[in-house]
Amino acid sequence: MNAEKWSPVILTLVTFIPLAGALLLLLLPRRDRDIRIFSLVVTLFTFVLSLHLPVHFHRALSGFQYEIDRAWIPTPNIHYHLGVDGISMWLVVLTTFLTPLCVLISWKSIHERVKEFFIILLVLETALIGVFVALDLFVFYFFWEATLIPMALLIGMYGHGRRVYAAVKFFMYTMIASVFMLAAILWLYAKVGTFDFVTIQDAIRSGQVGNFAGAAQWLFLGFFIAFAVKVPLFPFHTWLPDAHVEAPTAGSVLLAGVLLKMGTYGMLRFNLGLFPEQARANAWWVMILALIGIIYGALVALVQPNMKKLIAYSSISHLGFVVLGIFSFTQAGLDGATFVMLAHGVSTGALFMLAGILYERRHTYEISEFGGLASSMPMYASFFLFVVLASVGLPLLNGFIGEFLVLSGAFQDRAVYGILGATGIIWSAGYLLWMYQRVFYGKITHPVNETLPDLDTRERVALLPAAAAALVMGVAPLLWLNAIDPAVQTALAPFAQLASKVVGQ
Amino acid sequence: MISAGMTQAIPQGVEYVRILPEIVLSLFGMAIMVLEPLVDERSNQKLLGLIALTGSVAAIAASLYQSQFPGMGFWGMVKIDAFSTFFHVLVTAIAAVVILSSFEYMQVQQIRAGEYYGLILFGAVGMCLMSSAVELVLIFIALEISSISTYVLAGFRRRAAISSEASLKYFLLGSFATAFFLYGVALMFGATGSTSISVIAEALRSSAIPMLAYAGIAFMFVGLGFKVAAAPFHVWTPDVYEGAPAPVVGFMSTAPKAAAFAVLLRIMFEANAPGRVWLIWVAAALSMTLGNVGALVQQNVKRLLAYSSIAHAGYVLVAFAALPNNGVPAAMFYTASYAAMNVGAFAVVGHLAGAGERYVSLDDYAGLGRRSPVLAASLTIFLLSLIGIPMTGGFFAKFYVFSAALQANLVGLTIIGVLNSAVGAYYYLRIIVVMYMREAREELPAVPVSPALGTALAISVAATLYLGLLPGRVLEFASRSAAELLH
Repeated sequence: MNAEKWSPVILTLVTFIPLAGALLLLLLPRRDRDIRIFSLVVTLFTFVLSLHLPVHFHRALSGFQYEIDRAWIPTPNIHYHLGVDGISMWLVVLTTFLTPLCVLISWKSIHERVKEFFIILLVLETALIGVFVALDLFVFYFFWEATLIPMALLIGMYGHGRRVYAAVKFFMYTMIASVFMLAAILWLYAKVGTFDFVTIQDAIRSGQVGNFAGAAQWLFLGFFIAFAVKVPLFPFHTWLPDAHVEAPTAGSVLLAGVLLKMGTYGMLRFNLGLFPEQARANAWWVMILALIGIIYGALVALVQPNMKKLIAYSSISHLGFVVLGIFSFTQAGLDGATFVMLAHGVSTGALFMLAGILYERRHTYEISEFGGLASSMPMYASFFLFVVLASVGLPLLNGFIGEFLVLSGAFQDRAVYGILGATGIIWSAGYLLWMYQRVFYGKITHPVNETLPDLDTRERVALLPAAAAALVMGVAPLLWLNAIDPAVQTALAPFAQLASKVVGQ
Repeated sequence: MISAGMTQAIPQGVEYVRILPEIVLSLFGMAIMVLEPLVDERSNQKLLGLIALTGSVAAIAASLYQSQFPGMGFWGMVKIDAFSTFFHVLVTAIAAVVILSSFEYMQVQQIRAGEYYGLILFGAVGMCLMSSAVELVLIFIALEISSISTYVLAGFRRRAAISSEASLKYFLLGSFATAFFLYGVALMFGATGSTSISVIAEALRSSAIPMLAYAGIAFMFVGLGFKVAAAPFHVWTPDVYEGAPAPVVGFMSTAPKAAAFAVLLRIMFEANAPGRVWLIWVAAALSMTLGNVGALVQQNVKRLLAYSSIAHAGYVLVAFAALPNNGVPAAMFYTASYAAMNVGAFAVVGHLAGAGERYVSLDDYAGLGRRSPVLAASLTIFLLSLIGIPMTGGFFAKFYVFSAALQANLVGLTIIGVLNSAVGAYYYLRIIVVMYMREAREELPAVPVSPALGTALAISVAATLYLGLLPGRVLEFASRSAAELLH
């Protein structure tokens, strides 16, 4: 089959097949097993289809590929414009990779309102992919907001104890923050007359936007606040632990694995892409916030008695690395930031799945409830150890490369950033390994834990791809980086010009 | 134009086409009134309802037919243009959907239906006429026709004291407000020597604007502000909406409002009213803020939606403060999309209320997502649209309004509006949260949805999503009518 023929429609297919699956689910009778199998088939099919993207991606080219650009609404001038570069392509694949695992991990743990659950999950997948492929600011905002509702419903309908509180907090935080982004988008539309990302970028770079100099700082902040809440960057992070602790496992996996990356992806694409000068001017405090996030997140994770909360805070720490890398404006920093996004998606997704597996057996996340599990659940323990090591940043596993690149980028920018950031790696080894020790080593202190069943086949099938991905990403990072590299170069081009301008003066 | 009309003592045939929807609605209304005592009370409900439905659908057809004959009629008192067609279709469509959603309600509440349907049609006559009248006295008469029907409709749950209270309150305050309007008309006549909007426009354009004209505009605004439930003339709204039958609230929160907005658009923009911006600015800011803040603490869903309707009147008013060429279409689009979502929301509320409207508190909605997933899902769509989430009509409505305001450099008002939408998200979300995330305290029966109500809901959902996904055509039509309105 001719691959080129597919390239204008492939993104539309990948984006909307989950939605089509959700609509078909509406019509299916409420037989839980069928619904689960159907969802698994749909998500797997989406994943296989999305592999078309990296397989046929022209790695030598910069700019967007698989583009489609059709007029959608005349007033305001909205185009259905999709496209990916090396960064967003991998985020799409990450999304389609994690969703079938989410279906598997929710197989038994969701036994009420099953149909609604999988409908919501599939709608969420469409919205998440849409965020990464949209190249029209309006379409982007549309998908951005569209992720909110299914995620809030997942937390609020299928979560644990304080789920309603967590769902509302999540919704209000992100909703209010994105209002600022909408305002910035509208301002740009009013001046440029289009929502098209590429056109707006060109207009800004060629200085055709009226009053841009005066407004740029506010526009930068408008986008930034929406993304910072999503990441979440310190001090906007307080919704995250609540959301994670209450969310069902699949919700946590997608929340940590993909949703948070919407924020860092947004910073990379929009804050850097549209406002390079402002990004540079604001970088100092953003990097300080990122460093605070790295260290603060790690320290708070260290003292968490709750396994899921610990992983949640570790996400704050890891995402701090991403922001640090992005705002270092170096090739290594941005490469690393993108790679950490992907690696964190895989390994933290796996950690949440593991925590969920334990929760299904014991209905608690309290670390003190466990101990000595290595003897009762050996297979589980080895998977857990593997993922912990990947997350900690053991060389040859996926956590290492990204953080290494980020730190070398940060060092190039300013040594003190690199040094402070590097402590984050030490901290993360501390809290994760200490948790591992408390949960798996020692004697079994609670008799119930003696008879806990080890991983069953379904759980192994769900965990194995994540573990394999962690290994492959660690051994052969170039498979990913050679697509990311050109995209990062394009993103950094205006910064090189800025730097030469400074030198010229 | 006026003199040309004056010379013909007897209206021509085509001029009757220019009031055709009104004629159709009146005929069907009278037919219902005549038939009502003749048919058996038990079995007549459906029949009369179907006649009313036919009438409103025929009126939609008449409005579309009429649009092929633009021009003035009846000595320059009526004007058919794209603008009036827009509101004719809107009002008659609202009437049709409300009638559909009333079939089941009337049976459950055991209300004699005949007059009810008749009054909806008569009310629609007034509202249609409001949108095509270009002469202030005729506008006043149309306003009265529409108001008197809605006063009676508000009290239609005769056995419930709260409904009678609503009716009386609405009647007393409403008469007061229309008196203000009439007073404003008189002052305007004193200032410009005419009650015809086009003559007034010319007078206001050519000479120095007399003080009286300002007073006239202000008084007329008070009267119309009452009808659209804009602050500070909104205090009646929560009580009346709480007491009135739910489908009636769906009707009177959308159709008379749309008509009153049409009149306001004609007065403010076509007549080029002086002092428009600051007057509207204050009313819009107050309505958005008081409406949203008031809604935050409501436990009764009808009251909550009442406060929300005050807030939405505020959003529409923002467009009035903007420049005419994009403010007018923005306001028109807003009224249309608000109609789609609010009629739908009240159809759901009316269904869930049960006999005697017992279940209207927020707690009664707990577990609805489990009890009746389809109802909950459609109410969710309406609420998301009321919040202004993309994909729904409510989003583009807000979008057009705020971008119109931005283009008129009303940055302050836009900020107030955007912040208010964020506040609004909270209380709409509360309903969704209760529906999906709280368990019902007691097991309430899931009453099946009748086909008529199902159709009404489907139409509302479809309209809400249509306006959210493909707003182009409606907006284009609104822009065209705005261009005609402004010449």
